[in-house]
Amino acid sequence: MATERAVAADDVSLVSATPVADSPAPRMRVDSLDAWFGSVHAVKGVNMHVRDRRVTAIIGPSGCGKSTFLRCLNRMHETVPTARVEGEVELDGRDIYARGVNAIAVRRHIGMVFQRPTPFPTMSIRDNVAAGLRALESGRPSRTKIDEVVERALVRAALWDEVKDRLSTSATGLSGGQQQRLCIARALATDPTVLLLDEPTASLDPISAQAVEELVYELRSDMTIVIVTHNMQQAARVSDSTAFFLHGELVEMDETNRIFTTPADERTEAYITGRFG
Amino acid sequence: MAGVARTLKRRRIVNAVMLAVFVGAAVLAVLPLIFIFLHLLKLGIGSLSWDFFTKMPKPVGEAGGGLANAISGTLILIGLASAVGLPIGVGAGLFLAEQKGSKLANGVRFLSDVLNGLPSIVMGIFAWQFLVRPVGHFSALAGGAALGAMMIPMVARTTEEMVGIVPVALGEAALALGYPRWRTSLAIVLRTASAGIVTGALVAIARIAGETAPLLFTAFGNQFWSLSLRQPIAALPLQIFSYAISPYDSWHSLAWAGALVLIALIFIISLIARVATRSRFSTGGGD
Repeated sequence: MATERAVAADDVSLVSATPVADSPAPRMRVDSLDAWFGSVHAVKGVNMHVRDRRVTAIIGPSGCGKSTFLRCLNRMHETVPTARVEGEVELDGRDIYARGVNAIAVRRHIGMVFQRPTPFPTMSIRDNVAAGLRALESGRPSRTKIDEVVERALVRAALWDEVKDRLSTSATGLSGGQQQRLCIARALATDPTVLLLDEPTASLDPISAQAVEELVYELRSDMTIVIVTHNMQQAARVSDSTAFFLHGELVEMDETNRIFTTPADERTEAYITGRFG
Repeated sequence: MAGVARTLKRRRIVNAVMLAVFVGAAVLAVLPLIFIFLHLLKLGIGSLSWDFFTKMPKPVGEAGGGLANAISGTLILIGLASAVGLPIGVGAGLFLAEQKGSKLANGVRFLSDVLNGLPSIVMGIFAWQFLVRPVGHFSALAGGAALGAMMIPMVARTTEEMVGIVPVALGEAALALGYPRWRTSLAIVLRTASAGIVTGALVAIARIAGETAPLLFTAFGNQFWSLSLRQPIAALPLQIFSYAISPYDSWHSLAWAGALVLIALIFIISLIARVATRSRFSTGGGD
């Protein structure tokens, strides 16, 4: 509890240090986005601006379409059979769904980390972090270059000190929290501009979850982060803006402290105060 | 109280009886193998010598001689069968796993199960029709193809199962890193499942190593030393068959020894399969 309050207090000071007035331009712009699974309309007409170097949290009850929405932002949604997307998602002014845009290239710019840690079990820790580099078409980077990138990614993911002496051992030997930070390092290694986190702490113990949360908070200084979370305290602690989803629709999006103190929509208030969900 | 005690006693008795029945079934299941192995050991070990592995068969009446040509022939046939059966089997299995639920996959899965149940002699006739008759003579290639075709459904189904237990999230993680789909399938999914696939492949090899029927009119057998793929080739099961139906005692004991070597070969392959699944980076780690 004490640490939670400490992080929350930190949050407030940071928010006041960067007032809303000079909030940066949007990195991503979502325009009337609809997504389906077969005949299920999972995301309905969502418009959203995702600001650069900020953490945007997406909250809402189970099945509200928040994960599906997140997966539309890096074209992961379409990898599922029967999935369909309509609308526009712009990254730095370019529609990632435009004709001729390669989904694979999009995913290299917009990294993603999932609910359960997914280290590749056949690879060492080093190879896991370097996995994204190996998939680049521009040919395989040199060994020293890979080592450099691996170290930088692991340092950014706050995992370097814990694994630097065992880089060539199996990644499955790490604890759940370490595995999740490894997955974050792996996503960071290709230097994405946006990082999408789909309930990244949902399968972790509280201490590991806190480490990941603190990491997310650190990372916002040089990248754009969108985090889907079930945990409202977490949204309040780590995010600058919060979007509330319900039944596939974006009900409300605003500065996080406003969402949690004076939401405009009564459904948001009902959810936040725990009257449903 | 008395009622409870009676029920409890009845349950214990039923439990003991059922346990005995199932233990008995389990013992019966492995008994034939133990019996066969002991019998082979008794009758075959006497003919086993260095010559058996290095010498050619001798004409009737001459002492000694070995089955070097049949042993090398069987190894060549296994190699040919693997070259046919493994790539096609693994590829088909990957398709079945990745396209799970599609009409084509369901059809392929069903046909592959039928193929798995096809009598091996039918496979031999089929190979004869297409690979022996047009060429005009028996060949190692035809034998290898017949055995390889038998491996395909076995390898395909094991591959499908092994790929099926690789968590979907792992493939998603690779896609999210910017891996193209083909690369995700090969470098992540197939590689994660590889230990299980190797086991399945070795089990399939062990299965076909002892097949005789598909070789009868494909590889045909050969009394002479031959490594040519275009010529008839000797094989242990064929040699065992022709020695066993011969009227000569010396050939009978060579047949016993051949059977012992064959069973040892299969035993070794199965052992390798066991060890292969215990590798350090294997499926099932993680959580």
